[in-house]
Amino acid sequence: MTPNLNLWLIPVLPLAGAAINGFWGKRSSRTAVTTVGLVFPAAAFAWALLVALRVSSPGLPYQEYVAHWIRSGSFSADFALYLDQLSLIMLLVVTGVGFLIHIYSVGYMEDDPSYYRFFAYLNLFMFFMLTLILANNYLVMFIGWEGVGLASYLLIGFWFTKDSAASAGKKAFIVNRIGDFGFLIALFLMIQHFGSLNFTPVFAQVQPLAPETASAGLLTAIGILLMVGACGKSAQIPLYVWLPDAMEGPTPVSALIHAATMVTAGVYMVSRSHLIFERAPMALMVVAVIGTLTALFAATIGITQTDIKKVLAYSTISQLGYMFLACGVGAFSAGIFHLMTHAFFKGLLFLAAGSVIHAVGGEQDMRKMGGLRAYIPVTFATMFIATLAITGIPPFAGFWSKDEILWQAYQTSWVYWLIGVITAFLTSFYMFRLLFMTFWGDYRSSQVDEHGRVHAAPGHDGHGHGEPHESPMVMLVPLMILAFLSLVGGLVGIGNRFEHFLAPVFASGAVSETAGEAASRVTEYVLMGISVTVAFLGLFFAYVLYVSRPHLPQKISDGLNGFYTAVLHKYYVDELYAKLFVKPLVDGSTSILWQGIDRRVIDDTVNNAADGARHVSDEVRHMQSGNLRSYAGWIAAGSALVIAYMIWMGVR
Amino acid sequence: MVPLSYYLVLSGFLFACGVAGFLIKRNIITIFMSIELMLNGVNLSFVAFAAHWHVLAGQVFVFFVMVVAAAETAVGLAIIIAVYRTRETLNVDQVNLLKL
Repeated sequence: MTPNLNLWLIPVLPLAGAAINGFWGKRSSRTAVTTVGLVFPAAAFAWALLVALRVSSPGLPYQEYVAHWIRSGSFSADFALYLDQLSLIMLLVVTGVGFLIHIYSVGYMEDDPSYYRFFAYLNLFMFFMLTLILANNYLVMFIGWEGVGLASYLLIGFWFTKDSAASAGKKAFIVNRIGDFGFLIALFLMIQHFGSLNFTPVFAQVQPLAPETASAGLLTAIGILLMVGACGKSAQIPLYVWLPDAMEGPTPVSALIHAATMVTAGVYMVSRSHLIFERAPMALMVVAVIGTLTALFAATIGITQTDIKKVLAYSTISQLGYMFLACGVGAFSAGIFHLMTHAFFKGLLFLAAGSVIHAVGGEQDMRKMGGLRAYIPVTFATMFIATLAITGIPPFAGFWSKDEILWQAYQTSWVYWLIGVITAFLTSFYMFRLLFMTFWGDYRSSQVDEHGRVHAAPGHDGHGHGEPHESPMVMLVPLMILAFLSLVGGLVGIGNRFEHFLAPVFASGAVSETAGEAASRVTEYVLMGISVTVAFLGLFFAYVLYVSRPHLPQKISDGLNGFYTAVLHKYYVDELYAKLFVKPLVDGSTSILWQGIDRRVIDDTVNNAADGARHVSDEVRHMQSGNLRSYAGWIAAGSALVIAYMIWMGVR
Repeated sequence: MVPLSYYLVLSGFLFACGVAGFLIKRNIITIFMSIELMLNGVNLSFVAFAAHWHVLAGQVFVFFVMVVAAAETAVGLAIIIAVYRTRETLNVDQVNLLKL
């Protein structure tokens, strides 16, 4: 019997912080806001750690009933929490990385006039994310799912006076809504066929079902619809377009929500539903194909981007593609492993990028950076570690998880593996490109000023454009901690320890892997060698192109003219969507819904009714003349009419 | 025996005279008399029916109407006197406070 863990405290603590800062933050001092904004997530993290220490593997999954919610006939959904190895890992990642980013934000958002609002939103996000993770049924998960979307919207549009930020927020929200639509339909299907949304009964009913062979089937439908939801939240093809735009938000937000935690919710959800996916090979294949394509597609775009945060955004999309690839080949624990290491190094990359942006006074264009190695050594060192981690160079965290995914992918099909390796090469290339453009060479700020606009991030008005300067300690400490985690975070994967930890959750998925493991060990090492080689190749090419021969990139892009332009413009996907979906929608709404229905039908009905009433009464009011005899005349005429009618009726 | 229809025609005629007088005349006293004429036209049809069907209810009704008419006359004449005192006229067209 597991003791009562009071899990509910974990999400509720940040909510309390959000409420306090949201309601009273405006009148409180900055110190008070900082204290509230940090203490509550810290408490949540501490409690999560305590929970992690107190639970024992046999005690899991642990369930906790919090409050009564919906009871309708045989259907019920309560506010109840569910803790197993999977949610435990997510819990620690979210609270831990989240707390570090909160600390970092204290320094990054220092000069912002809406300081309190930022922390209120950030805490609110933590609440919803933790709800999502700890839910024991899909409906509570959906609350968290929508809630993080809301928090993401609020934070992307945090500087809402900037038009681009406001529309980026809306874009994120609307694109996510498309995915949520799929998610909701999947939930409806579950209610219809399983009569419940609680994980335990649903999975208990799914468990005995045989894998569906045909492409049509209930589980396939549910799986694909869930994947549609995951595509929206985790920015996969075709719904990835919102994530690059989401970089309009403050950098800590990009790090927390759009790299480390929220965007991995889709991976978490798919892993959580692994029993469904394992019995729907078709849906699983869809997941793998989408993941693979997204990984490659986003990586190619990442190569051409010049905005430091945009590169990282596409890199995030690409890495999320890896996670889905892992899920798609049934290696859910590898996907979660990569999710965890990714949270470390991508969170770090974003925070370091924020520190760079901070150092150069709000500039985000890498062409105007360069040579920052000397100015901001700590940021450089941490970012270097993160880059090594993401490119999969041993022994950094990314190596272990990425290698695990590639190995699992190879066992399913060499095509997945090949695309994965190509992506790994591209990843290595654009990450070192970013590193070299930012930190090597000479500081180019003054050289490009004539055709460069002054980038004014509202949080940085106070910073001059003089010498780049290192960020304050409050920002550097989280960087160092994350760098440490990026360095050693992968070591938990040695000897499949991570996989064994998650084995109780993904038990049924591990069956096929044990066979022939010894025989393929050689293959595994060969593949590992290839992926490491590829990572170094990327490093080498980036070095040649951006350090030793800086004029080459221009030549190459000129040589590949058409293709380069297409990639630079992100394959014109935004334009395509604008033409295909947005424009017909806007035109249709304007001509049919607005001009047609709203103005012609609704407005005209109301206006005509009012006009008619006024005209009729205008005429009729003359009857009320005040002349007694005319009234008498009307009465006489009326009664004559009634009498005539009655006589006529009588005659008939 | 005089047929019922004769009474009714006479009653209708009296009532119509009352209505016409009420509508055409401007003097309040005349209008008042026209109202009495209408009442009595109705009274006539009541008694005619009462006699024809041998039901006393019609005659009882007539008594009621007469009582009401007497009371109304008293009140009405009082009002007419009050109107005359304040307005110095008995022409209804000039008594038009009801008009907007």
